[in-house]
Amino acid sequence: MWEYTDKVKDHFLNPRNAGVMDDADGVGEVGSIACGDALTFYFKLDENGKIKDATFQTFGCASAIASSSALTEIVKGLTLEEAKNVTNDDIAEYLGGLPKEKMHCSVMGREALEKAIACHLNEPEKEVDGQIVCECFGVTDNEIERVVTENKLETIEDVTSYVKAGGGCEKCHDSIQEIIDKVHGIERLPRKLPLKLNTLQKIKLIEESLEKEINPTLKKDAGYLELLDVDGNRVLVKFRGTCASCSKSDFTLKHYVESRLRELVSPDLVVEEVQL
Amino acid sequence: MKVIYLDNNATTKVAPEVLDVMLPYFSEYYGNPSSMHSFGGDVAAKIKEARVQVAKLIGAEPDEIIFTSCGTESDSSAIRAALEVAGPGKNHIMASRVEHPAIKSLYENLAKKGYRVTFVPVDGAGRLDVDYLYQYLSDDTALVSLMWANNETGVIFPIEEVSQRIKEKGIFFHTDAVQAVGKLPIDISRTGVDMLSLSGHKLHAPKGVGVLYIRKGTKFSPFMIGGHQEHGRRGGTENVASIIGLGKAAELAKQHVDANDYARIAKLRDKLETSLLERVTNSMVNGDTEHRLPNTTSIAFEYVEGEAILLMMNEHGICASSGSACTSGSLEPSHVLRAMGVPFTAAHGSIRFSLSRYSTEEEIDFVIEKMPPIIERLRELSPFWKQEAEQAKR
Repeated sequence: MWEYTDKVKDHFLNPRNAGVMDDADGVGEVGSIACGDALTFYFKLDENGKIKDATFQTFGCASAIASSSALTEIVKGLTLEEAKNVTNDDIAEYLGGLPKEKMHCSVMGREALEKAIACHLNEPEKEVDGQIVCECFGVTDNEIERVVTENKLETIEDVTSYVKAGGGCEKCHDSIQEIIDKVHGIERLPRKLPLKLNTLQKIKLIEESLEKEINPTLKKDAGYLELLDVDGNRVLVKFRGTCASCSKSDFTLKHYVESRLRELVSPDLVVEEVQL
Repeated sequence: MKVIYLDNNATTKVAPEVLDVMLPYFSEYYGNPSSMHSFGGDVAAKIKEARVQVAKLIGAEPDEIIFTSCGTESDSSAIRAALEVAGPGKNHIMASRVEHPAIKSLYENLAKKGYRVTFVPVDGAGRLDVDYLYQYLSDDTALVSLMWANNETGVIFPIEEVSQRIKEKGIFFHTDAVQAVGKLPIDISRTGVDMLSLSGHKLHAPKGVGVLYIRKGTKFSPFMIGGHQEHGRRGGTENVASIIGLGKAAELAKQHVDANDYARIAKLRDKLETSLLERVTNSMVNGDTEHRLPNTTSIAFEYVEGEAILLMMNEHGICASSGSACTSGSLEPSHVLRAMGVPFTAAHGSIRFSLSRYSTEEEIDFVIEKMPPIIERLRELSPFWKQEAEQAKR
């Protein structure tokens, strides 16, 4: 069972502003029955250009209904300029948080709001914003990039939770990873390895891997790895910074570094920590 | 709030008689059945008795029964043993597309390790495409595993007939009978089944105990390697109290099956089903209603979403399950409903009700009363419902 906050339960069981608005100034439709959730959002403006009233219709789970209900409450009294700045996080926060797997419900709310505003401003319907990455759920690269940036997402799983991309056949996982890497400025080394490395090439590749791939990851935990020597297939290293004193360093780090180096450089490498 | 429990394919209540026989084995009689003293030996005698009780339920011999920790362990042990003894060159394994994750995920895992896997399709009613199965058997087929009855729809596969055909070809046959045992009369001796899995908590025994039936003479290689327990076929000290409980539960289940008590449950199920279909428009049953477990119905309510339905039912204390995506944390509806080609409009709003011998007519009447307003309320919220209603008017 999902752990929903009382506020989510309340907005699900007693949704605010449910229903169709016949004289709406803006309407935004997102989602589809195939995807498992869909939302139609309506708003009406007062004479000062502020949102006077907002209603919704939603097909979906409890958190989809609660997110829609919350959205209508949040936008009331806002100008369209202000409403444009409402994020999915605002919706989730209003509800006291959503389970991570359900964050896409809040994203759906934000998307419907944007569409409704664009509809009011008579902005032409954007055909498809970017290239479709996830064919199962029709999610584009731009949508993924936006959600990764705005919510500081780090994994494919996160992306799936927020915009569903990657939740079907999983064929697009590599492409999603590339987008995440691009946003975070991580440069991955090409996967194809030369068949036979001479010692010089090997050392160079190990150094490069440490610098571009392994140390940036370790630095999240405020540590890094120094390359001392390469002796045949033995890679002699020293952990520095917090890594050095961390009790996990022995096993976890060595295992991680070794498997990454085997992947990136040569499958025969053995990592050894030198105690100085 | 009173709980109305119609989720018995997920788990069942431990029968009071079962709990009674178990309790002394947590406190007074804590001996190890492997010990040489009679304090332990008496416990071993009770396990022996439980083995007889379980064997009788499925028409097996007591020494064909090994106790495990759950249905999943039984499944994994069976499949891995079959592959180990199948010999070199036997690289192909088959199952249906609607298997429980205990088989499905294991097969997917084996596929990654280089096995050739064929998942046999089902038709729109969830019935196995038997011709497809026979057609794709080949010289390198090591094993076929088919569930006896489906957990989501209750649809029963013709295991007696199919297992005989597979056996004639010298191919190993396993069945996951977790949902069938205790709900259907089963006589394993009249089938070609080499191994069968069952689970205690689906038949009013506690969670944490299962059984793997291994036909006499079947080559076996243990999954859990350790002591000589279960004749060396499953190492590890026995879960004594639960095994004794499972024995009692098997005895009770046999009485109920023999007395055809499930006809009464089927009648209640049918009442629930027909009343809901009558009272709620755009609703339908998923799966074959003819060859189906007596306690199960899967009903699709179009244009609404299952998790929302379940949470509203929860407000009335009614427990059931859904094949919808949102309940599982995945984004797609259940693989069973998708394999059957149930349209999205219906799959997302599918609710499974599963009864037990403890289900009463009052409970069913209560659910019949509460369900239609729940569906109506959610449909009023749904943007698709108005479109559908307007189209219907035209």
